[in-house]
Amino acid sequence: MASKKYDLVITGGRVIDPALGFGRDADVFIKNGAVSRIGAAGKSAGLLRSFDDDQIVDAAGKLVVPGLIDMHVHLREPGREDEETVISGCRAAAAGGFTSICCMPNTSPVMDNQETVKFVQDRAQNADARVYVVGAATKLIEGKELSEIGDLVKVGAVAITDDGHYIQNPELMRRALEYARMFDIPVMQHAEDQYLCNGVIMNESYQSARLGMVGAPSVAEEIAVLRDIALCRVANSRLHILHVTTKGAVDAIRQAKREGVNVTCEATPHHLVLTDDEIGKEFNTSLRVNPPLRSVRDREAVIEGLVDGTIDCIVSDHAPHSMEEKDCEFDQAPPGMIGLETTLGLVKTFIIDKGYLSWADVIRKMTINPARILNLPGGTLQEGSTADITIIDPDKKWTVKARDFRSLSKNSPFIGWKLSGRAYKTLLGGKVVFER
Amino acid sequence: MSQLSSRHLLGLEDTPRKDIELILDTAITFREVIERRIKKVPTLRGITVLNLFYEPSTRTRISFELAEKRLSADTVNFSTSTSSVKKGESLRDTVQNIEAMKIDMTVVRHGSSGAPYFLTQCMDTNIINAGDGCHEHPTQALLDMFTIRRKYGKLDGLRVVLIGDVKHSRVIRSNIWGLKTMGASVALCGPSTLMPYEVEQFGCDVYTNLDVALDGADVVNVMRIQAERQQDGLFPSRREFSALFGVNRERLKRLNKNYTIMHPGPINRGVELASDVADGKSSVILDQVTNGQAVRMAVLYLLSDREERETE
Repeated sequence: MASKKYDLVITGGRVIDPALGFGRDADVFIKNGAVSRIGAAGKSAGLLRSFDDDQIVDAAGKLVVPGLIDMHVHLREPGREDEETVISGCRAAAAGGFTSICCMPNTSPVMDNQETVKFVQDRAQNADARVYVVGAATKLIEGKELSEIGDLVKVGAVAITDDGHYIQNPELMRRALEYARMFDIPVMQHAEDQYLCNGVIMNESYQSARLGMVGAPSVAEEIAVLRDIALCRVANSRLHILHVTTKGAVDAIRQAKREGVNVTCEATPHHLVLTDDEIGKEFNTSLRVNPPLRSVRDREAVIEGLVDGTIDCIVSDHAPHSMEEKDCEFDQAPPGMIGLETTLGLVKTFIIDKGYLSWADVIRKMTINPARILNLPGGTLQEGSTADITIIDPDKKWTVKARDFRSLSKNSPFIGWKLSGRAYKTLLGGKVVFER
Repeated sequence: MSQLSSRHLLGLEDTPRKDIELILDTAITFREVIERRIKKVPTLRGITVLNLFYEPSTRTRISFELAEKRLSADTVNFSTSTSSVKKGESLRDTVQNIEAMKIDMTVVRHGSSGAPYFLTQCMDTNIINAGDGCHEHPTQALLDMFTIRRKYGKLDGLRVVLIGDVKHSRVIRSNIWGLKTMGASVALCGPSTLMPYEVEQFGCDVYTNLDVALDGADVVNVMRIQAERQQDGLFPSRREFSALFGVNRERLKRLNKNYTIMHPGPINRGVELASDVADGKSSVILDQVTNGQAVRMAVLYLLSDREERETE
């Protein structure tokens, strides 16, 4: 005697939906892949009796939240399918609790044309997560001429970026902002002035001094952010600063927001958790990342920005690299680390458990905030919305293990770390795509 | 018999005082050996040493090779000036292939900071750092300290000024750590553009005025200034560098009596160091080279797993 009115119910959990200002124990009813109703806890006992066992997801002791959105992910398809494919990246996303991810255009070929975008979208058809493409801001992400942004938007690009490279030419950046305004999409900027970052290996600090490595000064990020805020003001457009890592950048964005500039930004777990003090211990190449791990002072400023709302989103900047490419001298390793499967646990362990943010604050920065910045569907459990839902085991203790990664790459500096909090089940369109 | 606390010599930052003392004391014996007519001892007979040089080097490579030969070790040289990545074979694969031919110790010079540490993760041999990037060059600093100690009988309480490109000098870094551990007072002097960020955290006195830096110093260790730093725009000309930071006779007046002039070589005569000073009676530049033999013999001897071998 299965329930005909609903397909599935998630019962007994604490439902947190910052978009609705909702945060209490409740049952979530799903029908036809959409959220049909959220019922107060305990009020549906009679109704639940009409459900078959396989229609009930027991979420007692768990958090039930809108499917998490990671707006900064590198899939390596096309080009480096040995490191990550669309399918494997989406499996990793689902395991990390993400139902939607935005992939960056620095593939090979670059996503600066409709065909490549469509190819990736096609690959994502039956994947375990929704994939939104961020198109290249300039052709071949060379920072010379704008790509055919209108074309990219037409096939679904949700933003443009040259991520990995700063659009160094201010004239070109101004045009990118102005042009993007026509389509109401943000320009996502990797803010590091290249003239100040020639040959850099790590953050410029006492650590780079003692290790004798070329350091990227934090002022390179600050200058880049200040310039782009000024350009955004002139262009009256939308600017999103990728992976903010410095006090100077956080201060600049805080001030710009006060002045009403349409600027948003994001931070990664690794910049919230790690500092450059780690690098000299074992020269672990997984710690080589762009922008680099910064000083304690910068890390604290980023946390402060997260707490006061200057930083809108938490993203993984998942950047897979093969074992071969990372098994080398520190300065020879390509920058980047994977993060889809560790983001939630790191944020719980080092941001929530340390008292910086509540679960609701974190969920906001991982659901509705990115959804609003990129005009994505989802990010809420509002009745009628697609049933992309993450069920979190909030205090689950677990150890990060290389062999457990769904990602094809294992370049994580967090292997061996003990974390608290993990995705328990991930539902995409009302269907369980991942469960533990 | 006393032993070092590590089976590798990667740098001096974490090397304890007793290890440095043991190396310097042991080097005294080898310093006598190389003055003999027959300069060879059988100490490392049967031990094979790999000299792995990923950067061009003449004097350090020759110094190590001679030290090994005078200890009766077998030596094998691998030299390339291309990086492992460009070469198309990873550093791990390269050294594991050579190690498969049964190598006991590896001396490595590499352009990447931390490469010797990486080798400890790839191989079972003892690793001796012969210079990694701008990070450390521990045997150079040890031979500098040996040379100073040989003259003054101590390092404690001496004032040593290190002059030049602090930012890029692995010799300066290793000297800082070693000298501080041994109780010397260390001053750094060079153009502000060639000072690393947060240099004050090294715990040294930092000067951009050479005359002030030399005031009351016992030892002046002058580093080579690389022409490429000028091309990178870090100082405007050799002429101006020489005027501001060149050590010449006039400036020596500020030093303590019985002062010492040092340079790890090769010297840009007339740029960082005036010729008459380099060749003057207070210069120990060639002694440094000779002492380098003894110090490297001591390091090889102390690091080799010879006792294990003898009990086998």
